[in-house]
Amino acid sequence: MLSDLEIKIVRELQAGLPLVEMPYLEIARRVGLAEEELIDAIKVMIRRGIIRRFGAALKHQDLGFTANAMVVWDVPENKAPEVGRTMAAYEQVSHCYQRPRRPDWPYTIFTVLHGQSREDCEKTAAKLAAETGIKEYKLLFSTRELKKSSMKYFLD
Amino acid sequence: MNLDRIDRKILQVIQSDFPLMERPYLQVAESVGISEGEVLERIGRMQEEGLIRRLGGLFNSRKLGYTGTLCALRVPHEDIERVAGIINEYHGVTHNYLRNHEYNMWFTMLAESENKLDELLTEIRQKTGITQILNLPAVNLFKVRVNFNL
Repeated sequence: MLSDLEIKIVRELQAGLPLVEMPYLEIARRVGLAEEELIDAIKVMIRRGIIRRFGAALKHQDLGFTANAMVVWDVPENKAPEVGRTMAAYEQVSHCYQRPRRPDWPYTIFTVLHGQSREDCEKTAAKLAAETGIKEYKLLFSTRELKKSSMKYFLD
Repeated sequence: MNLDRIDRKILQVIQSDFPLMERPYLQVAESVGISEGEVLERIGRMQEEGLIRRLGGLFNSRKLGYTGTLCALRVPHEDIERVAGIINEYHGVTHNYLRNHEYNMWFTMLAESENKLDELLTEIRQKTGITQILNLPAVNLFKVRVNFNL
């Protein structure tokens, strides 16, 4: 679990790094630390995996990665770990999860594929299907973004 | 959006491993070969244009004690705005997309506990009147997000 100090640091870092020459000094003052102490605390949080990535979150659509498809795969549960790991190894796969099967929903592996076009995503999906032998799958393309935001933790 | 070679180099450097030192922007400037002031100016511009959504930490929600799920529901075409309005109001809902499937609305939601998630889903069912929602929490995570080769 996180210390009170770490929670304070999360609150500051999720607001974003200030665009000034010494951004850590500014945040350190707000949380009551010396600059070096703050930098060390952030390093520890990265090492512990609390911070997954430290840097800029980009809007990929504007960088030429215009198409993304959520592909859902009907994979038997006992094969899911192996198939999941195989698919995750692909560069074009940005997310790969196993989720529970539901009465109305036979899919267990969920991947997000990125590409320059829909055809690109379709090709990647066909390649993944050929490699894993999973034939039942569907590409779900997003047709509209209704919301995309960064989570704000510890608001209260 | 017109990004030049220098913008792309900056993005490549700062999308992960943003420097953890006194003058991080100076460090970026040196690796790209421009001045610190220009780095600040370019990052500021890319933030204004929305290309950089945020500069800071991306957190592992589980390690912060949060739990999440992916939900899908079927929303009649004429009802999309109303239902999205209700769902998007929750600050734990971070992504919501329409997709080309009979389950057409897909959103992710984070909360402090599984109980809290269940509570929120019950509330969403009541408020939207859509009772059939696929609730698909992750049971295994194989990969989240790589850096993009710019």
